[in-house]
Amino acid sequence: MNIPELRDHLCAIHPDLCPLFSIEFGDGVLSVPCEKLYDAAADLRELGFDRLGMVTAVDHGTEFEMVYRLHSRSMSAAIFLKCGVSRDEPRVRSLVDLWPAALWQEREAYDMFGIEFEGHPDLRRILLPEGWEGFPLRKDYCDDRVVRRPDYI
Amino acid sequence: MSALAWGAVWGLAAGLVIALAALIGVWGERKVAGRIQMRIGPQELGPFGLLQTLSDTVKLVLKEDITPRAADVRVFRAAPLIVFAPIAMSFAVVPYAAGFVPLNTSVGLLFFMAVPAISVIGVLLAGWSSRNTYATIGGLRAAAQMISYELSRTLSILPFVLLAGSMRPLEVMDAWRWWWIPLTAIGFVVYLISSIAEVNRGPFDLPEAESELVAGYFADYSGIRWAIFMMAEYGGMVVAALFAAAFFFGGYLGLPGVLGPIALILKATAIVVLMIWVKWTFPRMRPDQLMKTAWKVLTPMALVQLVIVGAVIPWL
Amino acid sequence: MSVEIESRECVVRGDGGVVEQLVVNVGPSHPSTHGVCRVIVHLDGEVVTKAEPVIGYLHRGIEKMAENRTYLQVVPLTDRLDYVGSMYANWAYCRALERLAGIRVPERAEYLRVIVCEMQRIASHMMSLGSAAADSGAATMFIYAFDQRERIIELFEELCGARLTYNYVRPGGVSFDVPEGWVETALAFCRTHRAALTEMDRLYFGNVIARDRLKGVGVLSAADAVAWGASGPVARGSGVNFDLRKHDPYSVYPRFDFDVPTGSNGDCYDRARVRLFECYESCRILEQAIAQMEPGPFRTEGLPRLLAPRPGDAYDHIESARGSLGVYLVADGTPRPYRMKVRSPAFCNLALLPMLAEGHMLSDLVVILGSLDPVFGEVDR
Repeated sequence: MNIPELRDHLCAIHPDLCPLFSIEFGDGVLSVPCEKLYDAAADLRELGFDRLGMVTAVDHGTEFEMVYRLHSRSMSAAIFLKCGVSRDEPRVRSLVDLWPAALWQEREAYDMFGIEFEGHPDLRRILLPEGWEGFPLRKDYCDDRVVRRPDYI
Repeated sequence: MSALAWGAVWGLAAGLVIALAALIGVWGERKVAGRIQMRIGPQELGPFGLLQTLSDTVKLVLKEDITPRAADVRVFRAAPLIVFAPIAMSFAVVPYAAGFVPLNTSVGLLFFMAVPAISVIGVLLAGWSSRNTYATIGGLRAAAQMISYELSRTLSILPFVLLAGSMRPLEVMDAWRWWWIPLTAIGFVVYLISSIAEVNRGPFDLPEAESELVAGYFADYSGIRWAIFMMAEYGGMVVAALFAAAFFFGGYLGLPGVLGPIALILKATAIVVLMIWVKWTFPRMRPDQLMKTAWKVLTPMALVQLVIVGAVIPWL
Repeated sequence: MSVEIESRECVVRGDGGVVEQLVVNVGPSHPSTHGVCRVIVHLDGEVVTKAEPVIGYLHRGIEKMAENRTYLQVVPLTDRLDYVGSMYANWAYCRALERLAGIRVPERAEYLRVIVCEMQRIASHMMSLGSAAADSGAATMFIYAFDQRERIIELFEELCGARLTYNYVRPGGVSFDVPEGWVETALAFCRTHRAALTEMDRLYFGNVIARDRLKGVGVLSAADAVAWGASGPVARGSGVNFDLRKHDPYSVYPRFDFDVPTGSNGDCYDRARVRLFECYESCRILEQAIAQMEPGPFRTEGLPRLLAPRPGDAYDHIESARGSLGVYLVADGTPRPYRMKVRSPAFCNLALLPMLAEGHMLSDLVVILGSLDPVFGEVDR
């Protein structure tokens, strides 16, 4: 199923999600407010997006953008689910109930960005050791060990 | 000369023989494994790499002998000897040549079954005293495994006691007839498999399973103590092969003079190569499968063998 | 002198009884953790009651390092992700970047990428099969598999000068065209490889002990495989027919005729068998790709040294030996990536370990871990 077909399919079943759909670099993107993230993900799961491929975040300075990539084998299509969450209180609902795949991926997002996933059963650091201070993939992260590469390019 | 002095001489001789057997055994294992794995094996030191194991031995002797701080020191240090000594003792009841067996006792076959079983205690103590989780698991596995296989191994050589009416090794050899070979064929299979399990070699090397328990009961040993464990393993393999060559395949019989012992050694070598071949071909078994094989396959097989021999005897 | 073992704990069972459990710390330095994985195993006798992987021992912060380098300088970093299959991460990154920057890739380069990636698949599966066999104690199978891998590594060395970190797939093409005679050697390899695969199949999978060790161990249901985001041979072993080469065809894959082997039981045996059969399919693709490849440029000329794609984000993925390997790139208009995220299949597959290992024996744990085929460069990144 190509992207316009996916959009039509989505609009036919969930008209409320339709205006949030856009196409960027050949990918279908559904940008929702973070309060509605869980419901939108549940809707998409109903629609046939049975695999949660990726969970990550991007630090845009003003806010964190949560990025989820869902994939459907039956439709052979993929969709991005995005939502912006405030930097001061990064908190989104966990998708572990929908996909256990989120179990480790959300831990990683917590580890790197400090995003709190509500309802996650085991939200601990995963790649960094327990007791690490700060969240390294935030743009304002800084510690003594960070070496900046000189601008010789 | 007093009995003690004789004992010391025999002990020294046995020690040398076992050390030599282990040296050549390790070299042979490497060469055979190399052939199986499309490699050459050791070739740099000495002719055909024969001195490679000697150099390794020197290295092991010179290495630091580490005792973990948490270990139960006295038990930890004694364990390798408790493993090795019974294996060395079992060399004493193998009939090497016509009329020659170092310890011509009336309970020779029983001795051969009973004495090496003592090394189980050493293995268990080694695993327990190391205070290491891997070693503990390895020691427990070894105890369960060796005791289980002891039974089928003992049963598999009972036919000779029935056939010869004696447990004295030389008397068994005197009574030996060529048709014992087909008659005790099942017993040989049981004996071979149980012996491999008894000396903890692949596919029954669970107590030292490298990929699971790192090195199992001797994980914390180093240097010469580790080497003693290896000597016990190779010594056990060699003595099991010598014993099988003597009783299951007639040993030195039928050939005059020095050719007899040579025939015995050649037969034993063939059995050792078979053991090495098995080790490098098969994957390792799982503990429950190992127990199942011992109790549900090998022990009944050994009993069937015993019944067959028992049924044949009245017609002799 | 005595020190109490702290590796025991008492657990109250469901029926009110108390059992003493042994806590074994497998790894991070252990012969069968395939790198630096640490698994905290709770044992009741030999039976695993709980297995908790602890990862991150190889975490080098590659995603953070990428933010500090130019787009081209990131390519060597991707080599270090999956060090058993460097070509994949190269390619996944380049695809994401090409999508972001709108770079067109010449056809010959696409063919070369397919050729090296299918060879890499064989090499990686040989590594996986060999070390999984070594985990179950079959040392000879390990050597046989590594012999096959070595031949591919030698071909790669001839092609790009490196044996492990190739840095071969570059934005806009590949770094070198094939040297003279290379194609013939590759075809000859395909022929001998099939015979070697059959031999390995008989040596290991035909062995009764190996079958007993692998069958029925670590069973993963198809529904769980999908829900946990498993991909690659791990998912296909459970009968999930999901292969990006077929289901989201990229590059020139639609032009090739090949099958996607799947298992039915989802146990360690099926996962390992799927890898073996994939090697046959990779040989088929390899031969077709070599036959179809035509002379031409192998990289896009005139690309700027300093790529600065317009702001935006792009995701692209390929089917690596371990599953769907994706790279998510965010650009902000500067010559450096604003954010790079690697969707690592090994990471997702490893998350299955606690579920699969529970109730099995310690001996099975290493077999299950081997059948998931984690590469810790990619898990920890």
